[in-house]
Amino acid sequence: MNIQIRERPDAAASAGTKTAIADCDIHPARATKDELHPYLAKRWHSHLETFGVHPYQGMMEGPPYPKAQPNASRRDAYPPEGGPQGSSLSFMQKQHLDPNNVALGVLNPLNTGQGIRNQDLASAICAAINDWQIEKWTSKDSRLKGSVVVANEDGVSAAAEIRRRAGDTNFVQVLLLSRNVEPLGQRRYWPIYEAAQEAGLPIGVHAFGFGGNPITASGWPSYYIEEMVGHSQCQQTALASLVLEGVFERFPKLKMVMVEAGFGWAPSLAWRLDKVFARLHAEVPHLKRKPSEYIRDHIWWTTQPMEDPESRDHLFQTIEWIGWDKLLFATDYPHWDYDEPSRVLPAGVSDANRQAFYLDNAKQLYGVS
Amino acid sequence: MTLPIAGGVDCDLHPAVPHLTSLLPYMNDYWRDQVTTRGMTDLISQSYPTNSPIASRPDWRPAQGKPGSRLADMQRQSLDRFGTATGICNPLYGVQMVFSEDMADAFCRALNDWLVKEWLDKDDRLCGSIVIPVQSIEKAVAEIERCAQDQRFVQVLMLVMGDMPLGKRHYWPIYAAAERLGLPIGIHAGSAYHNPPTSVGWGSYHIEDYVAQAQAFQTQLTSLIVEGVFARHPNLKMVMLESGFTWLPPFLWRLHKFWRGVRMETPWVDRAPLEIVRSNIRFSLQPVDAPPDGDTLNRLFDHMQSDELILFSTDYPHWQFDGDEVLPKGLSQDLVRKIMIDNPHATYGRLKVKETTP
Repeated sequence: MNIQIRERPDAAASAGTKTAIADCDIHPARATKDELHPYLAKRWHSHLETFGVHPYQGMMEGPPYPKAQPNASRRDAYPPEGGPQGSSLSFMQKQHLDPNNVALGVLNPLNTGQGIRNQDLASAICAAINDWQIEKWTSKDSRLKGSVVVANEDGVSAAAEIRRRAGDTNFVQVLLLSRNVEPLGQRRYWPIYEAAQEAGLPIGVHAFGFGGNPITASGWPSYYIEEMVGHSQCQQTALASLVLEGVFERFPKLKMVMVEAGFGWAPSLAWRLDKVFARLHAEVPHLKRKPSEYIRDHIWWTTQPMEDPESRDHLFQTIEWIGWDKLLFATDYPHWDYDEPSRVLPAGVSDANRQAFYLDNAKQLYGVS
Repeated sequence: MTLPIAGGVDCDLHPAVPHLTSLLPYMNDYWRDQVTTRGMTDLISQSYPTNSPIASRPDWRPAQGKPGSRLADMQRQSLDRFGTATGICNPLYGVQMVFSEDMADAFCRALNDWLVKEWLDKDDRLCGSIVIPVQSIEKAVAEIERCAQDQRFVQVLMLVMGDMPLGKRHYWPIYAAAERLGLPIGIHAGSAYHNPPTSVGWGSYHIEDYVAQAQAFQTQLTSLIVEGVFARHPNLKMVMLESGFTWLPPFLWRLHKFWRGVRMETPWVDRAPLEIVRSNIRFSLQPVDAPPDGDTLNRLFDHMQSDELILFSTDYPHWQFDGDEVLPKGLSQDLVRKIMIDNPHATYGRLKVKETTP
C-alpha cells in the first residue's frame, strides 16, 4: 500500500536534466460519470442509467476483488480540481509527464466497452472513448498517443472501428485485454488482427479484462493479490493461444505488446512451448516455425510491474533471453503499483541498452519520431 | 550426458489402469452393477489421450493396451534401467473428473486397492500415492486415513486443476490429515475439467492444455501461499509433479513484489513467498522445461537459489526425454545426488520407514 510517508522530491526542478523516456502504459480516467455523454448517442445515456454496463462479472459497480486502494491508484494522484486519479491532463502533466520528461506517453484506457455483454453498447462506448482520447488528451498534448479500444467480443464491429481510425496519428496501437470470453488466438478475434495489420497498428494486450472465465484454471481464488499475480498466468495462456492457433502465420506483419503482465515468464513459456511442440506438432501443422520464433519476432513487453529479483544478474540474464530490443518502459501511472522511472533499471546496463529500454524501442515500434 | 546414480528415488511413475473394468474386483456389488449396467466407459482424461506422443515414449509403447499398464514393462524400461531404488506410483486415472462424490469415492478406493495388489505387492521398490475423491472433503480424509495405515503409501495425490483453488480453506482438512500422517501432498498436472483448462477459457488443442499446466501450477502456488496453508501447517510438504520448474523464479519475483505491496490483505502470511517455497514446496524433475544446454540450466538453478527444490522423476511412461537422458546436461555430481537421493528422502518421510522395515 503506498501511503506517502515522505515528500517526493520536487521533480519539476530536475526535469530538464532527465533523459527523455517513453511511458507505454498510462491510464487516463474520466473526471465524471457523464464525461462520455457528448460522444454517445442519446439512447445510451438512459440505457446506462437504467441497466449499467452489464459486464462479464457480477458487480454493478466496482471490481469483483476490491483493490488495495481507491481506483487502484496512487493516493497522491488526485487532481486538485477534483475527480479521480488520472482524470486531469494538467495534473498528469505536472505530476508525471513534465517531471519525468515523458517524450511519448501511450494511453491505455480501461473501463471502456471491453468486457461487457451487450455488443451494441460495447461498440458505442469504445467509439466514444476513442473520440474522447483525441479531444481530451492527444489533441491537447502531442506527447500523448491513444490506443484504439474496440468491442473485443464482436470482431466485425471491432475491425470497423480500427479501419475508421487507421491513419489517424492520434493513435499508435489497438488495445485488447488479456481476459476475454475465449483465448485470444480463437478465430472470433481474427478480424481484429486483420484490421490491425492492415492499419499498421500494433496490438497492445493489457493484463485484465472480464470474459466470464475464472481467473485460474481451477476456479475463482479469494484475494486481490491472486488476481494481480494471476494476470501474468492469464497473459501466458493468452499468448500461448495466439501462437498455437497460428495467428502469426496468418498475419505475419502483426506486432503485439504484452502490457502490465510481466516479462520474466517469457523465456520459460517459450522453452516449454518449444519442448511440447517438438512432441505434438502433428496436432498443429499450421505452425511452420518453433513457437519461440513467433514470440521473438512478434511480441514486445512493457516493463511495469518491473521484475525485481534479489540479484540484478538474474534480471539481466532474463532480459538477455528476451532481448533488450523488446522491452518498453512503462510506469502504469496513476496506479498504485507505479514504477518510478529513475529506480527501475539497476546500474550496470550499457548506455545503448538503457536508451533502447527507456525510449528507442517504443519510438521504433510505434513509429513515433 | 549426465548419468543417473544407483539408489535414486523416482518420484513420478504412472502405472496405468488397463480399463475401468480392471477395478471391478475392488468395488462392492452396487458399484460393480452400476459400472456394468450403465455401460460406463473407461475414464481416460483429455489431459493424456492414450495415443498422444506425450502419453508414451515411442519405444515404451506396448504392442497393445495402455502405456504403463504392465509392471514388467515399467521394471525393464524404467526401474531397472535407471537403477531406481524407490519408485512412487502416481496413478492418473480420470476419477477426479467424476461429478458424483459417491462414485468418485468408490472409484478412488478401488484404484488405491488396485495399486496395492497389482503393483506395490509385486515389486518392493514401489510406493504409492493415495488418490482421493476431492469431490467430498469428508470422504477424501477418510480415504487418506484408510490407506495411510499401509506405510507404502507415501503421499496424497491431487490434480492441479480442480473445482477450486487448492489453497481454499475448504481443502484444509485434507492438509491437516496429510500433515498428521506424515504424507506430502503431491499435486500432479491434469485437470478435472470442471473449469476451463486455461484461465482465459477453452483452447482448441491438446498442446494448449498441456502447455497451460505450468500456468495452473503457478496459480495454485499463489493460492496455497496466500491462503495461509503453510502458516497453519508448517510441516506440510507439497510436491509439484510434472509441473516444469523454470517458471518458478519469475513467478516468485512477481508474487513477492505484490505480497510486499498488499500483504495487509493476507496478514497471516508470516514469511516471504520465497521462504515458504524453499521450506515447503518441491518440484519433480521431468519435464525439464529448459533449453538443452547446461549453461542455461545452471543459470536457472542459480535463479532458483536452492539446490533442494528438485526431486528426480522419469515421468514414466510419458515422453519427456529420449534414451537414457533422464538427467539434463550440465548437472554437477553433487546436484545429481541431491536430486536423486537426498531431496526425495528429505521430502517423503515415509521412505525412511520403508527402508528400515524388513
